[in-house]
Amino acid sequence: MTSVLYDAPGPKAKARNWIYSGVFLVLLGLAVWWALGLMADKNQLDADKWSPFVTDSQIWTTFLIPGLLETLKAGVIAMVIALPLGALLGIGRLSDHAWVRTPVGAFVEFFRAIPVLMLMLFGYALYVQYTGVSSDVRPLYAVVTGLVLYNASVIAEIVRAGVLSLPNGQTDAAKAIGMRKGQTMVHVLIPQAVTAMLPALVSQLVVILKDTALGGTVLGLGELMSMSRQISANYSNTIATFVVIALIYVAVNFALTSFASWMESRQRKSKRSTGAVVPARVDDMATGANSGGA
Amino acid sequence: MFDFLDSGQYDVLGAFWVTVQLTLYSAIGSLIWGTALAGMRVSPVPLMRGFGTTYVNVVRNTPLTLVIIGCSLGLSETLGITLGGTTFKETGFRLAVLGLTAYTGTFVCEALRSGINTVPVGQAEAARALGLSFFQVLRLIVLPQAFRAVIAPLTNVLIALTKNTTVAAAIGVAEAALLMKEMIENEADALFAVFGVFALGFVLLTLPTGLLLGWVAKRAAVKR
Repeated sequence: MTSVLYDAPGPKAKARNWIYSGVFLVLLGLAVWWALGLMADKNQLDADKWSPFVTDSQIWTTFLIPGLLETLKAGVIAMVIALPLGALLGIGRLSDHAWVRTPVGAFVEFFRAIPVLMLMLFGYALYVQYTGVSSDVRPLYAVVTGLVLYNASVIAEIVRAGVLSLPNGQTDAAKAIGMRKGQTMVHVLIPQAVTAMLPALVSQLVVILKDTALGGTVLGLGELMSMSRQISANYSNTIATFVVIALIYVAVNFALTSFASWMESRQRKSKRSTGAVVPARVDDMATGANSGGA
Repeated sequence: MFDFLDSGQYDVLGAFWVTVQLTLYSAIGSLIWGTALAGMRVSPVPLMRGFGTTYVNVVRNTPLTLVIIGCSLGLSETLGITLGGTTFKETGFRLAVLGLTAYTGTFVCEALRSGINTVPVGQAEAARALGLSFFQVLRLIVLPQAFRAVIAPLTNVLIALTKNTTVAAAIGVAEAALLMKEMIENEADALFAVFGVFALGFVLLTLPTGLLLGWVAKRAAVKR
């Protein structure tokens, strides 16, 4: 293990690291002990608060699994609509014509600057006033609308970064064999950009899935997060419910995140492609103006 | 069209002031917490590395909504932690800052770590070859370069944090999104005007920040 910060530890440093480990373990133990004591005082550690998740299959069939399916449904629908829209916007931003580039750029920057919760609220009010969408699917429509508006803008940036991450030689070669601008885009740049973008798109799906939880609390979509209220009302086990629901989210999202980083590393080493890749991002924001691609 | 702004019924500026306060307190908190986490993740102590990695992976993959509502229902209502807030309003604000800090700290940590990773190992090797001590390497060689590479990702985190403060509406903190919800319900005929006002507010909050810090980041970045 070589790091920019320290050399491989010798015998003295190893001994020191053990001591640090011990001290840290004690501190961590104290913190955990204090938290557990607090929970025990309020009877949150009693077996009957936690056992329903194992013994009572109804919790899963009535609440958790339908909630998770609703979360995935909203997320996948939003992704499927936002992808082509984002691709169009991204290509629009790369256009040579200012009358295409400028309005598309303004649209993308506008919807990236606005909190997704506000877009959802706006979408909801829009459906109430101007359409006849029935009230039982309205939350889903509103959540998907908010997610699509925001994520199409983010995906537009990812697409742009994907095309810009390709080596210039690709465009030059396409020109050399007499392709027009449109042909270059459709036959040369986009197919390669798609593979370069995949890791970033998968990690964007994680952001989408996390954002669906907003719809549950504010608009009454019946997704995983909103089930916490119903479960804790039935079993009065607030803390246990939050822990279990958080674990489900972490399991799903961690799998997606790991998959994205695996794809990214495979792409970097790939012999078949140019090795261009848009990295899976660490923050909740599009890579934006300061993204140099790979 | 915009007469709802003059009615004196809604305190739009006040709501945005709460948003700004949430952002500032959480930004300071998550900078401290994120630096501590990043320190753990790059330390030579395996146990600290493990704790940092676990914390970041768990919290980063949990929805912020769940973190903040967990703070409110779990910590406050069930366990009775008020964080020294005397009124319901005060407690809600502090819980929101706590939740935002716990969540945003992970993104700050990852941004700092990516900054440290941009410094080539050769730089540190050269510094050690010159006989500099650990702290000299850190102070003179690694951190100055890392800080300059870190401004751009931290700007993105700050902008995301500004927008994420709206999630505090879920536990009733009277910030911009909560006021917008109320106004949409009351001023149904001026829907687009209401949305426009709040959208403009956020554009005004995030755009200058992004442009200014983006310019600073470009100036400061180490040209490699």
